[in-house]
Amino acid sequence: MSRNIFSRKRQIIEERSLSERSFSFIFILLVVLFFGIPLLWLMLAPFDRVASYSIKWPNWTLSNFSTINENPYALRSLVNSAVFSAGTGLLVILIGAPASYALSRVKFAGRDAFLYVLLLFSSIVTGTAAMVPLFLLALKLNLLDTYHGVILVLTGGLIPVSIFILKDFTDSIPKSYEESAQIFGASSWRILRDIVTPIIRPGLAVIFVWSFVQAWGNFLTPLIMIRDVNKSPAANMMYSFYTEGGQAILPLVGAFSLLYTAPVLLMYFYVNKKYGFRFYGGIKG
Amino acid sequence: MNKGSRAAKLGNPILGRGAAAAFLSPSVIFIAIFLFIPAGWTIYLGLTNYKLTGFDAANTKFVALDNFLKAFQDPQFISSLKLSIIYVIGSAIIGQAVLGFLLAWVLSTFSARARNLVELIVIFAWIVPGSVVAFLWFAFLNADEGTLNRLTGSNIEWLIRYPMLSIIAFNIWRGAAFSMLLFSAAITAIPKSHLEVARVAGATRMQQLRQVIFPSARPYIYTNILLIILWTFNDFGPYLLTGGGPGGQTEVLPIFVYNTALRFLDFGYGSAIATVMLLMNLFISLIIIKRSKRNR
Repeated sequence: MSRNIFSRKRQIIEERSLSERSFSFIFILLVVLFFGIPLLWLMLAPFDRVASYSIKWPNWTLSNFSTINENPYALRSLVNSAVFSAGTGLLVILIGAPASYALSRVKFAGRDAFLYVLLLFSSIVTGTAAMVPLFLLALKLNLLDTYHGVILVLTGGLIPVSIFILKDFTDSIPKSYEESAQIFGASSWRILRDIVTPIIRPGLAVIFVWSFVQAWGNFLTPLIMIRDVNKSPAANMMYSFYTEGGQAILPLVGAFSLLYTAPVLLMYFYVNKKYGFRFYGGIKG
Repeated sequence: MNKGSRAAKLGNPILGRGAAAAFLSPSVIFIAIFLFIPAGWTIYLGLTNYKLTGFDAANTKFVALDNFLKAFQDPQFISSLKLSIIYVIGSAIIGQAVLGFLLAWVLSTFSARARNLVELIVIFAWIVPGSVVAFLWFAFLNADEGTLNRLTGSNIEWLIRYPMLSIIAFNIWRGAAFSMLLFSAAITAIPKSHLEVARVAGATRMQQLRQVIFPSARPYIYTNILLIILWTFNDFGPYLLTGGGPGGQTEVLPIFVYNTALRFLDFGYGSAIATVMLLMNLFISLIIIKRSKRNR
């Protein structure tokens, strides 16, 4: 008797779930189309002998990539982007990692308040809301049109969030590793170098890639700080690939877009495969 | 050995106070220079008539709240403010938060392989640099050859006829992955047994959503909404697709500040608008932080 009720209930659930499944399937199909179709252009147009705005099966060629060489600034702008991004990634780690370690391991008065103010301020003072003083700061400190100027401004914007993520990561590592090394008489410096650094390396890698990707795509900071076309990064250079009549030079734009996108995609997949890029509750309020 | 265990007992094993201060100070200096000083400077400049060119350039004066009074009578500012609000509601709240949640929720019922594949496409859109995304959408929305017109058999100049709708769709496309990832983390964190119990008890999907998923995902929902509202409100991205045009129809506040201060070099007025943005950021943060605390 009771078994009967149970199986009837099960049948109802299964019928319901069938219509739900087809609903879910249609929804996901639409999502895939919405996100996938614009991406197809990036995959196909760079290899099309007659590139256009439309998405079509290409007339395969690699000649579009040689147009990048013909443009005097295109390759250079990719190198500039690499300098900005690598510099920013390294500086963020160099400055943020010690701070997050200290915040994780040393208890001092006002630590939680410090973190709270940091979180609040970093979400309130953004690149756009502070662009006027950042421009003036760069003007007064002779940072306009310099590589280190852009790196410093980008790093300043990324430090607070990096400290948060890294502190969370360090918190999740038990102190016992460091303590047992200390009991065996290792100096603080050796413990930091030989024990702490290797353990937090995945966190550092994730933060490096995250900062690199942020800097790689950043458009506003170079727009404000760089006038010299020789120092312009790829994000801004793309907007110069137009004819005098205002038409986009499609072979160049297509090939360049793919070349500009590839490094961050590869980095993402590498880090994701090796360490996982998901949110482990770290960002939960 | 003795020394070591004593230090460990003190709960201060590796870093002394001095070392900790040294570890913290570079970050503190950076944050002071690039967060605190700019914030104070923005507020100060907003109270002056500082310009880089023209008569006022040599005669910078303190004008108190003149810039703010001017702003609230400036039809361009009012229109920018309205556009920003529409942009935030459309692309952050309706677009990214709701779409991101639906995606995470629906995908949680799919097999791991199907889920990974769909997530991959959405994340891909998130990682592609903004300038490239802008061009992809420029091509997608092109009147003559664009794919959207090909698919719908129309011939519409989307960026001119529907500029706000275009930048909203563009921003949803770029940003939905973040919400999706955050919400899938939230849904994965729910103990399987809770959902199982609800399902066996015959709860509909909607009931499961209201009674199991929403309550446990609440902290994530608040964090996510706070972050994406702030990001979207301060997002310079529409500039990449439309440059604020046509005719100022997508000139959201960040673009308005950029044009006022850095193109027309009116730093005083531009900073006043930036101050309004800072205050709105503060207001949004405080409201949502307060709500999330009350609901915990």
